[in-house]
Amino acid sequence: MTALTKSWERLAVPLFILAAWEVFSRSGVLPEALLPAPSVVLHTWADWIAGFDESSQANSGRWLADALSSALRVAAGYAIAAVSGVALGIAIGWWRWVERTVEPTIQMLRPVPPVSWIPLAIIWFGIANKPAIFLVFLGAFFPILMNTIHGVKTADRNLIRAASMMGATEQQLLRHVVFPAALPSIFAGLRIGIGAAWMLTVTAEMVAVKSGLGYVLWDSYYFLRYDLVLAAMASIGLLGFATDGAIKLLMSATLHWQHGSTLQSREG
Amino acid sequence: MASIDLQNITKIYRDAKRKRDLLAIDDVSLSVQPNEFLCLLGSSGCGKSTLLNMIAGFEKPTTGTVTVGGKPVGGPGADRGMVFQQANLMPWLPVWENVAFHLRLKGWRKADRRRAAQEYIDMVGLRGFENHYPAELSGGMSQRVGIARALLLNPQVILMDEPFAALDAQTKMDMQEELVAIWQKQRCTVVFVTHSVDEALVLGTRVAVMTSRPGRIRELIDLDLPRPRDITSPRFNDHKRHILNLIREEGMQQRQGVAA
Repeated sequence: MTALTKSWERLAVPLFILAAWEVFSRSGVLPEALLPAPSVVLHTWADWIAGFDESSQANSGRWLADALSSALRVAAGYAIAAVSGVALGIAIGWWRWVERTVEPTIQMLRPVPPVSWIPLAIIWFGIANKPAIFLVFLGAFFPILMNTIHGVKTADRNLIRAASMMGATEQQLLRHVVFPAALPSIFAGLRIGIGAAWMLTVTAEMVAVKSGLGYVLWDSYYFLRYDLVLAAMASIGLLGFATDGAIKLLMSATLHWQHGSTLQSREG
Repeated sequence: MASIDLQNITKIYRDAKRKRDLLAIDDVSLSVQPNEFLCLLGSSGCGKSTLLNMIAGFEKPTTGTVTVGGKPVGGPGADRGMVFQQANLMPWLPVWENVAFHLRLKGWRKADRRRAAQEYIDMVGLRGFENHYPAELSGGMSQRVGIARALLLNPQVILMDEPFAALDAQTKMDMQEELVAIWQKQRCTVVFVTHSVDEALVLGTRVAVMTSRPGRIRELIDLDLPRPRDITSPRFNDHKRHILNLIREEGMQQRQGVAA
């Protein structure tokens, strides 16, 4: 298949939706302020980014700063979640006594929706970056943890036997066998976690923070600027897509040894 | 040169579900001399792999002692090389890294590991496949990597648990030939578990024929056949007939035991 037809395949559905939406908005069935046409959203978005005619009012030219403050919250909370989730997941998966002592508590906390922590997060951390980072951490931590535990528990026992027959200590088994064997699962958790991270940054910014894409989104809602609301939504979607793509790239570079042995390796 | 001594080994498994004990191995004593190639021959479930796992250190006997080179076996370790039924290669490492895995554990530098691996890769005939990943190898090639990995430990004892059972007939014959050549060159002690009479007779200097439930050693047979072994020679077939009779008798006794 040529690159051109391949990119057509990917673009056909989004282009069709955009075209239908544009026609519907301009038809006047709904007042245009309630469902701005894609061309209007794009115009406002462009001003939000580049700041040429102040059609996005006070936000004009501030997109990069907004996106950056959201992205930094995601990065901070996600990094903490990734390191602690993988470390604790390996410990729970490997040592029975850790599983017995720690896992029940974790499984009780897991069903509590991260957003329900918002009141406590505000009391504890105030109105700034910290409650958002805390929420991002909560959202990303559990999927990373659960997938790491799964990866460790399903590691091939025979590989562990083979390595201990070559004189591996427990620490070496964890580092040279269990961790690499769990990596495919860990990456599955990391990819679920990054989605949760963006969701919770935006939620936190709508409630507890006065900057970032989520704040602009909620603020624009108060001012009835639905074009800005849609531009903010699209920005979040694109950034989420880009970060997931980055993790996917890292994954295929790290798990290159799976090439040719799994279904996944067929694409690209 | 290390000898292996099994003294009065019994193994009892607790069957917790049925509240009953199962005698898997009943008073087995066996000495393997340095440079011997001993084949443990028996049907599945006769405890031959259990005995091998005891020498490897994965299992402990209920009573009795296992010593290798005079020292009691405390657990798995790099003084014994083991080749498994499945090659058990680390799928994320290329062939040469798998062969040199032991050196990775010992903290050797990459260039040194690479150099050390080459000798054993050449020995098992895998030159040109150094950078392949296990997913890209055939079953026979994977087992070669497993053997090279065990040889790199430079062990005095190599334990093999039906390593060729999953290979096709032609590959199996080639691998058996190469294994004998390597054993003659390395002068190590081999304990080889198999359920194939032919395989035991092609490889071993001695064959221990095991009976099942409970596992005992029925007979120890010294093989003084010239190498390479001719599987069509009269003496080869005399041994084969004798062993097959032992196995048949055993089967009959078991069926009568069940019927009684």
